[in-house]
Amino acid sequence: MHWLFEPGLFTSAPVRTALAVGTVAAVVSAVVGVFTILRGLAFAGHALTDVAATGGSGAVLVGASPLSGFLSGALIGAGAIAVSEGPESHHREIATGVVLSAATGLSALLLYLDATTTATTGVTQRVLFGSLFSTSASTVPLTVVLGTAVLVLTAVIARPLLLTSLSRELARARGIRVTLVSSAFLLIVAMAVGLSALTVGSLLSTALLVGPAAAAVRWTARIGRALLLASAIGVLSTWLGVVIAYDSYNWMPHQRSLPVGFSVVVVIVTVYLLSAMRTSGPRGDHRG
Amino acid sequence: MINAWEVGTIVAVVAGVVGFVVVLRRDVFAAHVIPNGAFAGAAGASVVGWSPLVSLTVAAVATALGISGLRRYGQRDATTALVLVLALAIGSAFLSQSTQNASAAYGLLFGEILGASSASVGPLLLLGAVCIVAVLSRWRALLLSAVTPDVARAKGVSQGRLDSGFLIVVALATTLTVPVVGALLVFSLMVGPAAAAQLLVARPGRAMTLATGFSVSIMWLALVAAYATEWPVGFFVASLSTLVYLGARLVTHWRATHRRSTTRATHHQPTGRSS
Amino acid sequence: MPDVLSIEHLTVSMHGRTILDDVSLTIRPGEFTGLIGSNGVGKTTLLRAILGLQRYESGSIAINGQPRTAQLDALGYVPQKIALDSDVPLRVIDFVTLGLDAERWGLRRRRRAQRDHVMATLESVGAAHLSTSRLSELSGGEQQRVFIAHALVRRPSLLLLDEPLANLDPRNVQEIVALLHRLSRDHQVAILLSAHEMNALLPFMDRVVYLTGGHCASGPTNEVVQTDVLSALYGHHVDVVQVHGRVFVIAEPNEATDNLPEHPTLTVR
Repeated sequence: MHWLFEPGLFTSAPVRTALAVGTVAAVVSAVVGVFTILRGLAFAGHALTDVAATGGSGAVLVGASPLSGFLSGALIGAGAIAVSEGPESHHREIATGVVLSAATGLSALLLYLDATTTATTGVTQRVLFGSLFSTSASTVPLTVVLGTAVLVLTAVIARPLLLTSLSRELARARGIRVTLVSSAFLLIVAMAVGLSALTVGSLLSTALLVGPAAAAVRWTARIGRALLLASAIGVLSTWLGVVIAYDSYNWMPHQRSLPVGFSVVVVIVTVYLLSAMRTSGPRGDHRG
Repeated sequence: MINAWEVGTIVAVVAGVVGFVVVLRRDVFAAHVIPNGAFAGAAGASVVGWSPLVSLTVAAVATALGISGLRRYGQRDATTALVLVLALAIGSAFLSQSTQNASAAYGLLFGEILGASSASVGPLLLLGAVCIVAVLSRWRALLLSAVTPDVARAKGVSQGRLDSGFLIVVALATTLTVPVVGALLVFSLMVGPAAAAQLLVARPGRAMTLATGFSVSIMWLALVAAYATEWPVGFFVASLSTLVYLGARLVTHWRATHRRSTTRATHHQPTGRSS
Repeated sequence: MPDVLSIEHLTVSMHGRTILDDVSLTIRPGEFTGLIGSNGVGKTTLLRAILGLQRYESGSIAINGQPRTAQLDALGYVPQKIALDSDVPLRVIDFVTLGLDAERWGLRRRRRAQRDHVMATLESVGAAHLSTSRLSELSGGEQQRVFIAHALVRRPSLLLLDEPLANLDPRNVQEIVALLHRLSRDHQVAILLSAHEMNALLPFMDRVVYLTGGHCASGPTNEVVQTDVLSALYGHHVDVVQVHGRVFVIAEPNEATDNLPEHPTLTVR
């Protein structure tokens, strides 16, 4: 196994931090991701990651921590999407797109200002693609607390959320406050996204959200098992990705290692493709 | 400066036309993913050794085909998202290996219009014309399949092929817009003006003209603002695009409340609104 | 025993147009009632008003003698159609179990007794063999049965179905109507289902609620389904005939949907 686990892998403190933070992010993203897929919110989830990036860029500008930047960005984005949903459902995709483009424009400005007014370099790379290996160990307790909060909140709204995702009418007829539950879920996605943006960067936290969950639901119809399986896939992909990224320092020419985000995503996408091939052939979608 | 105007106008017109169909088909997510795929290609250019424009185009088309291919196998949203992240991941890998510096990455993502060279106008014009002609030649089929896919299918329009074909047009449109507006902001130019136009005007031909009008005006204003402040063009494009969309939503809302206050009996079943 | 459903002088307007005008009706426990009317006349609006999904300008709706909010589990609802994505990770048995307590916060371990109850409900709709299938894998008819099970699992007093027969072929129509009738007898649940044509329901209906031009007329089937009564209702000649021991209503192709003429034996109850 020597070729896979290069010397110093497990004794390296940054690696251990990376694995700890990565595991929390993977589990939280996977659990939230299953519900995201259920509700057809993959695009909104992605939009929130980009808005999180805006927050991250803003954080650098004012000297705040990246995590706080990601979180505030995502939460504001979630609020904007929730508010701009029109009476008809097709407004949501357009509204999500507009929120996304507005946030991206703002990112452009903030990153430009970061580069021209502050002394920090490589902000674009870090915000967008992650800085897992340079995350400080002090973030670990915070991520664990935040991750636990997200999971608890999801468990609390799980049943109303499930029914609302299948049919808003049925849910309303039973007295479920559909708007409350939907908005609460968007906030949950925002928090999950903010958390994972720290590990693989905002551009790629969509992968952690959507990939393991999308793969898991093809293997099982039982939602409890889907949650467990998605978490397992997410955690394993993250670990494998971290290992590969660490090792790549020695494999790649020019001694430039691959970004962690890249290796994690490749593993996730591979797992998904394998799962996709499991069911036979093309089939129609009932909902676009 | 002159080239920025020419290039910008061509880009805006193409984005307006193609974006209109994107919004019509409600394929907004795909329109976001394809430019990101193009980004991966551009990032890989120096690593692979091709010209940036070529690798950009190849990557954009590959992304378009990837999306339309994977779509038939599973959830539309989720598979589109995965193609996106794969493209970005590959892009980030290329970036880490290449000798390009950080500002190159920034330029690819957010645009470099002010540095457009004079050599680029000719090919851009040609590519833009190809995109517009492609859209107009299949105009009816695109309209029909967006509004009533079953009727379109019955008339022999192959949904799968129309989908792939249109996404390739989006890829080509992206190719000419990415160097100018950047991968992440092509999207604003395509979606905002078109969404606003479709809210305001019902007839497709007029809506598309309006969409193009919006995108060209946005581009011009953004250029002026970027020159004045030295801030990125993309920021102004996105902000103006958002404002235009919000304006359209407000107008629509005002129209709806105004209509409700004038009582009129109609003979169709109104859809139930929840209490 | 109080009426399962009691609607008094209900008026609903939307976009400046009056959909339901001074509608009153009652349903007794266990009654199988058909809500008949042509498309667009307001059947769905009435159902939604009962379910609390539609605001109304005036009137009152009482379930088992109490306001709706105090009787939320007394109503079961089967909507016309639910669009489902092919990857939704939910089995039939889980969906029906969700029907027990979807509105509660938090997670709950399922007890054995609950599971048995759910399976029994599935059996009564003839869908027990589908319990471990994915919701999205079911055919239209199977989905309908599962939704009925979902609505029934809390043993409501009243089951509301929105156009359940709309897209079924004649044989499936007969099967579903017979199933609903049997369920109403077995579980003592009143049934109110909307349809635009009443022939399939005639053998089973206890009560007919006929909706036209915003007004409603209701009464026991044998009182309403008479040639003279229906002709007055429809506004033109209608025949009520018996063929092979079954009753059929034959109306002219264009049914007038506007004015409801007065008729002495029709009571708006």
